[in-house]
Amino acid sequence: MFAATYVPNFLLAAVVRSEPELREQAVAVVEGAPPLVSVIAINHKAATAGVEIGMTKLQVATCAPAVKLRQRSKLRETAAHAALLDCAQAFSPRVEDTAADTVVLDLAGLDRLFGPPAKLARELKRRVADVGLEANVAVAGNPDAAIHAARGLPGVTVVPQGNEAARLGDLTVDVLFAPNNGGADVEAAEHAAEILETLDRWGVRTFRTLAALPEVALSERLGQEGLRLQKLARGQSARLLVPAEPPLHFEEAMELEHAVDLLEPLAFILGRLLDQICTRLAARALATNELRLTLGLVPPCLRGENVYQRSLRLPQAMLDSKLFLKLLQLELKAHPPGAPVVKVTLAAEPVRPRPPQSRLFLPVSPLPERLELALARLRGVVGEEQVGAAELLDTHRPDAFRMRRFASAEQGLKPSAKKGGSDAGLKPCSTPLMALRVLRPPLLAAVEFCGSRPSRLTTRIREVCGDVIACAGPWRTSGDWWRESAPANAAKKYAWNREEWDLAISNRDGVALYRVYRDLNNGEWLVEGQYD
Amino acid sequence: MKSAALRVVESHVESSLAGRVLSPFTVREPRAPDTLPTGVPAVDALTGGLPRSALTEIFGPASSGRTSLLLSILAEVTLRKEVCALVDASDAFDPGSAAAAGADLKRLLWVRCGTRETRNEKRETFKRVEQALKATDLLLQAGGFGLVVVDLADIPPAVARRVPLASWFRFRRAVENTSTALLVIEQQPYAQTCASLVLRMQRNTSGLSFHPAKNGVPTHARLLRGISVSAEVVRSRLERKPVRAASANFETRAAWAG
Repeated sequence: MFAATYVPNFLLAAVVRSEPELREQAVAVVEGAPPLVSVIAINHKAATAGVEIGMTKLQVATCAPAVKLRQRSKLRETAAHAALLDCAQAFSPRVEDTAADTVVLDLAGLDRLFGPPAKLARELKRRVADVGLEANVAVAGNPDAAIHAARGLPGVTVVPQGNEAARLGDLTVDVLFAPNNGGADVEAAEHAAEILETLDRWGVRTFRTLAALPEVALSERLGQEGLRLQKLARGQSARLLVPAEPPLHFEEAMELEHAVDLLEPLAFILGRLLDQICTRLAARALATNELRLTLGLVPPCLRGENVYQRSLRLPQAMLDSKLFLKLLQLELKAHPPGAPVVKVTLAAEPVRPRPPQSRLFLPVSPLPERLELALARLRGVVGEEQVGAAELLDTHRPDAFRMRRFASAEQGLKPSAKKGGSDAGLKPCSTPLMALRVLRPPLLAAVEFCGSRPSRLTTRIREVCGDVIACAGPWRTSGDWWRESAPANAAKKYAWNREEWDLAISNRDGVALYRVYRDLNNGEWLVEGQYD
Repeated sequence: MKSAALRVVESHVESSLAGRVLSPFTVREPRAPDTLPTGVPAVDALTGGLPRSALTEIFGPASSGRTSLLLSILAEVTLRKEVCALVDASDAFDPGSAAAAGADLKRLLWVRCGTRETRNEKRETFKRVEQALKATDLLLQAGGFGLVVVDLADIPPAVARRVPLASWFRFRRAVENTSTALLVIEQQPYAQTCASLVLRMQRNTSGLSFHPAKNGVPTHARLLRGISVSAEVVRSRLERKPVRAASANFETRAAWAG
């Protein structure tokens, strides 16, 4: 058995999928360059209002001003077609990409998974509705019969095997000539129109009358094409399904009629696109770990580029459109586009979803989704580079570390295979280590000496001033003098050369211990930190 | 002996609460809170560990061993493969010291507060505290952390005292019924009754340990070996008996002291 899914009025359906509020309104899709913009698709309400296909934009505006006009969008059609394929792929790997509005599935062996064909067809229709498309679904014994039933009969249709001719008999013959991916060229369309006109002159308007014509006479007049059409009308096609392997490409786009310059309406659009992408990913049992946002900006924008791109990388595979929306909102708030937006494109990198059950004896750790949201909000509060996990650098330079992205339990915190790393394999001992509290940036100080010993420490902070009651040092360290140039992000002189002292100073609050050093490059005394 | 009327009332109350409250007249002993070890046997013996689902304050003056105890706790908790978060109001955390103390830095989320604004120090300090409170809120809402530390040790008491009591109440409520222990490092206790355990740290009178101890030795031949500190329980809600003054002495050692 085969199931065909057909989306009637596909051009309009692709538009309505992007803007669901149009579902209840009179809509017409227009195409062409001004002033030759004409209507190419309308819905029932627009037809009732008097709009016809082929009318110009001006005519529509005159006769039915309430009708919403939308420009035809290839992006939306591509996304709608991809969504249709994803829905079919959710049921069977053998899917034929018949046309932009039609896909056919091989149902062999699926009854044990999804039940009888009627149930599967209903489930398929529901799945297609989830991605924002209204489809007809038909199940028949061969692909062509299923396609014709889907194109000619609304809703869900199950054509019993061997009964195709009777069930399809009432369909009009123009169903046979609907374009598909293989025959959409102009020559084929002209030939089809010619045959259709001939059949119309003969008074052959339904499948039943075409099927009843004598084969020899039909062959003499229309040739092999006539016999092929008659077989199709009888539901006797024996062609093989041509399965397609659609690429795992999850992208949704929307071109806006009016430029959006506020984040709130943009978030509304992003929410829709994310919902569609997540539904498509869910249909293929996939998740994502990277979202790429591309915004087309109104030229000329301040930064000189008309495209704004951001990439949102996630530490784990996730599939939560609300979370993605929040993360994108925070990202856009931190890095605003800088110009009104006219086009939004959102792409997701498909990956396998993470297993729902982690290891049984793993301690509780933050949920990846909540942690990611918390990290994004924290970055908004304290700054981009101020949140993460510290990683020590392989150098003797004091206070040398870098901030890395913090990952939650299952992802980044697996036991390291490499032992003896910079911070791996250390066991805490019963005597706690004396900690240093670092002053960032170091505090400028003045040190008075009595002989070779420091006798007094003075800084601009009252608590870090006092007489030295005990000291140890100096310890000289230096490094990176062999480097010719400092890294681009080095804020000060890169090579270091210093003389360290540990000073215990007595002040009004008691005794405190400080690490103080003299920068031998410039002779400055600085307080590096406090032992605590 | 219960009177018949009392039994009737009890059965009436029980039937009306059926399905909502299980055994309303059964007195349950509060379960002893789960605790995290601090890594210092003397402190563990004194306090029983750091209580989860509660707020703990460790306070003391500069060089009193607060941060050393904190690093020891971080090392213990990360060794148990739990995830910790440190809200560093003064950006004073030293990852090198933490790694040397045995803390697994991959399991430690470090939030560095600061505005890089040096023109008005007082305003910057207020901003840091505000950021620290917001960050703590977000971390507690995210949940799943074994330990959340708020380091206000370098924030002057005049500023930290302005943190409204409502914030501490909110934090206490946020960690209740979770497995998170909330720890605040500070110069003075600010959370008042919201804290389940308050520890005062201080350096002992002869606390500085230089080796050799004699003053006549040239300074370059001396080493700072560590600090001798004491921890005192100021308040504990974990014990049912009245709080008594109790203290524990321990020493911290410098990384180079062996």
